[in-house]
Parts: sequence; structure tokens; C-alpha cells
Amino acid sequence: MIISVASGKGGTGKTTVAVNLALSLNNVQLLDCDVEEPNCHIFIKPVFEHRNTVFIPIPRVDQTKCDGCGRCQEVCVYNAIAIAKKKVLIFPELCHGCGSCTHFCPHDAIKEENKEIGVVEIGEKSEIQFIYGKLHIGEMMAPPVIRAVKKHINKKRTVIIDAPPGTSCPVITAVKGTDFVILVTEPTPFGLNDLSLAVKVVRKLKIPFGVIINRSDLGNEKTDEFCTSEHIPVLMRIPFSKKIAEIYSRGDSIIEALPGYREKFQRLFAKIKKVKISQG
Amino acid sequence: MKQIVIISGKGGTGKTVITGAFAALAEYKVMADCDVDAADLHLLLNPKIKNSHTFRGGITAFTHKELCEGCGACRAVCRFEAVREDFTIDPISCEGCAFCHFVCPQNAIEMKVNTSGKWFVSDTRFGPLVHAKLGIAEENSGKLVSLVRQKAKEIAEEKNYKWVIIDGSPGIGCPVIASITGVDCAVIVVEPTLSGLHDAERVVGVTKHFNVPVKVIINKYDLNCGMTEKIERWFKDKNIQILGKVVFNKAVVKSVVEGKTIIEYSNNQVTKTLRNIWRLLKEELERTN
Repeated sequence: MIISVASGKGGTGKTTVAVNLALSLNNVQLLDCDVEEPNCHIFIKPVFEHRNTVFIPIPRVDQTKCDGCGRCQEVCVYNAIAIAKKKVLIFPELCHGCGSCTHFCPHDAIKEENKEIGVVEIGEKSEIQFIYGKLHIGEMMAPPVIRAVKKHINKKRTVIIDAPPGTSCPVITAVKGTDFVILVTEPTPFGLNDLSLAVKVVRKLKIPFGVIINRSDLGNEKTDEFCTSEHIPVLMRIPFSKKIAEIYSRGDSIIEALPGYREKFQRLFAKIKKVKISQG
Repeated sequence: MKQIVIISGKGGTGKTVITGAFAALAEYKVMADCDVDAADLHLLLNPKIKNSHTFRGGITAFTHKELCEGCGACRAVCRFEAVREDFTIDPISCEGCAFCHFVCPQNAIEMKVNTSGKWFVSDTRFGPLVHAKLGIAEENSGKLVSLVRQKAKEIAEEKNYKWVIIDGSPGIGCPVIASITGVDCAVIVVEPTLSGLHDAERVVGVTKHFNVPVKVIINKYDLNCGMTEKIERWFKDKNIQILGKVVFNKAVVKSVVEGKTIIEYSNNQVTKTLRNIWRLLKEELERTN
């Protein structure tokens, strides 16, 4: 089973849930797909064995073959190609690497070359296989790096994906194709607003899901009321505690520092399996 | 007119609460909510929408089945796995590159313009707010961010206002880059955790990459004072000014529940620090005129 952990709002506790769930189960693969700001490795502290570079193909024009006809500019919908005085100018940061310009050049003047936009690292920590992606600073597009991480999914294991915050392309790329989504929220107006958006995303993707309410005693009842009226199962509640905040702040896991939490996360997993059957 | 953006790298460190405080403290300003994915500033500012506009960003392929002869050229060229086995399009995977549209010998694939969001100009008790709502599972948040910023800037120029205060989004990718380029100051809100420091280092990298001046606020600093010291040292080494350190206080959550900025809601150590931070930031930015 592939479980993704998402949220809408940032900082609600996605990484805490993903890491502690992974540490509580056997035969797990943990994938950190928050490639803009990956954090799971801070808590897992794995030994990395492999490092792969993520590229996107960027066009390069052979000026000796190019006659400045402008066909490449016509087919590029991202405005990544401009023609000035019959010369082709390429703006690599706008290019999505679709390959259209290369294909349609009538003079075979465009070749693609790889531009590095991020890395994927693979490591182990006791029972867990850990994989994470990291977008290079100054790069715009997270989805290709997320896809590169997800290529490593091993369905023989329980796969847990830590997704990025938000509701647009990076989240969709991370969550798409997973079997269950855990939405982590906090019971504040900000948490609820962003949860309601995240619920719409998951419903659009037609994936079974449930909610974890973190810092469940800070805020109001509206999140619970929302989950009840929308028939969304609340999978777990984690009360606010300065102890948990402090454990998190130094990069440790709750299940190793606080008694009882390992069992709570194991029960969470059992509940997810049940909810998945009832919703699927 | 100066533009200030509040960003963090890591989510949930307090960007919107601090943007709300600046909205309450600054004079002659326009607010812009550039976290278009998961916008929350309106929950503090309670805007009265004056006008609402459709945002059309990007295009998505659509196969007219009656024209398709099933040659498969579209599926062969698509690099985003968006063409299904029956040559219809999965709109969620489609990046709108139009390669399939151009390559189709039957002209069976149309590129449809997406209505991918809405943006609004509103009045609030603190002045104008420009905000937006990206459609569910839509792309092009960077373009929508640029649009929101542009409108906010135009309003500020028209009214001869002094500040544009921008609530940014988490991360370091496309919407963040769109929200920071060309601003006068990016204020990074950091929390005293290893993750917070790790993420702040990356977002500082992005601001350097785009030559944006930065300053820092350490929020909830007393949740781990040792980590706060470590973060302070890191920023001092980088010659980045720390505007102030805000204590953790449950009153902040209560103010959000009430739909108020913390400045309106209470008068405590948090608001005292935030007032000092705003005064310092304002003086610094006025000096660099």
C-alpha cells in the first residue's frame, strides 16, 4: 500500500506523521517528496548509498544549421524561446522540457542537453529504505524531481510519501497514484480553510483519505464539525505538548522519545487499512 | 513605495500572523496574499470584495474522439504521461505543452484555455487587499502570484502609498520565486527547529540567487532556546539582520480563531516585540531610500 501524507497548510505536522508512522511499521519505504524543503532525513538520519542527479532536457541550437525560421518559437507555449534578428534565444528557466521545439525544427538544428535541476538520494536506516529529492536553489519546477523520487517506489513494501504543502502541481504530483491520503491539519481557521481545499484536491483525484488533527487542543471545534458533516474519518488526534514541540525541534522522533506513541501509530495504520476498504 | 514579502521556506512558522500584524501596524499600505495555493490572510482581514476577476492561466489538451484515428502520435511524443491508452487526455498530468496538438495529423486535439483561478481587489479595515484563489489542482500559481503583486503595486502607486506588504508561500519553487523577485526586503520567519533552520538556509539561498535583501524574525523562539542560539549564530555569520525574537504564546492561536490580528487582539510580549520589529524594519527601509 502507498500512503501519502499531505495537508494544504504548511507546518501542520506532515513530516512528524510520515516519519513516526514509518518508524512504527515493518518493511517500509519512506519517500520525502517535499523536494523544495525536505525534512524527513533530519529525523531518520539514514546512511546514504546512492545519489542520482535529476535533469530536464533543454534545447540547444546549432547556429550553423539554424536559419531563424521561428518554428521553434511558434510551438513553444512557455515563451522559453524568442527570436531576435533571426537568432534563437533560449530561456532555460521557463522550459518544461517537452521536446516540441526539437521535434518540429525543420533544419534539425536543435539538440537537447540535460540541465540539472535537483538530486535524489537513497539510503537505509534499520528497517526503512529512505529516498528523498532536493530541488536545486533557484530552480522553479519541483514536479520532475518528485517524479524522479517516485520512480523508486517498491510496491512490496509499505510506502509512505511525505508530500509538499499547498494544493497545486507539486502536491498533485506527489499524491497521484497513491492508495490512501492522510491529511494532517490543526484545528484553527487557517488549518480548516486549507484542509477544506486539500479535501477538494483528494476528492478530485478520487483517493480514499482521512484526517489527523494535530495540536488538537489548540483552536476550536470547527474542524471536528467539518469532518463530521463531510463524513471524513478522523484517524488520530495529537494534543499540543511542549515536550513534542521540543522533541521535534531537535530532530528526534516522538515514538522513540514518548512511550505509547509507537502503538498509536500502529493503530493508525490498522485504521487506515479499514477506512481504505470502506471508502475504496 | 517599498515592497516587503514575508516568507519562510518551511510552512507554518507564522508568516500570515506576522503579515497580519504588519497590516495592522503599517500606515499607507496595500496587502497582497501571494500564497495563492492556500490563502489565509483574508481570515484575519475579513475583506469586502470590491471586484472579482477570472484568472486564465495555461492550456490543457482535449481529444475530440470523433476526429481521432488512433495513430498514437500524441501518446508517443508526450513526456508527461498525460495521453491515455484510448488517446484521451488526463488533464491532471497534462502540462499544456501542446506537443500532441501540433503533432496530431487529424487536428483532433484542441488546446483549451483553463479558468484556473480568481483574483480579487477588496477593502479591509486596514486598507486594500489583493488576493486570489487558485482553482483546485491547477497549475500556474507563479503567474497568479505575479498578477496579484502587479495589481497591489498599481494600487499603491495610484494612491501614493508607502508599502506593499506581501504574504508569501512556503517552499523555494515557482510561487516563492514569483513572490520575491524585485522586492525591497524579504522577511524570513524562522522557528527554532532543525527543520526550520534547514529550510531557512535554502530559502536564504533563493533570495541570494535573485539578489533580494533579507532580514529575519525568529518566531516561537522559546520552544527551544538552544536551537534559537544556533539559528542566531548562523544568521549573524551570514551578516543577515535579525529583526527580533517572538515568544510562543497561545494568545496567537486565539487571535486567529477570533479572526483578528494579534495587534488588535491583545497587548502582551508578542505584540510588544512585533511593534518593535515593525518600527525597526520601517526605519531600515526608509533609510535606504
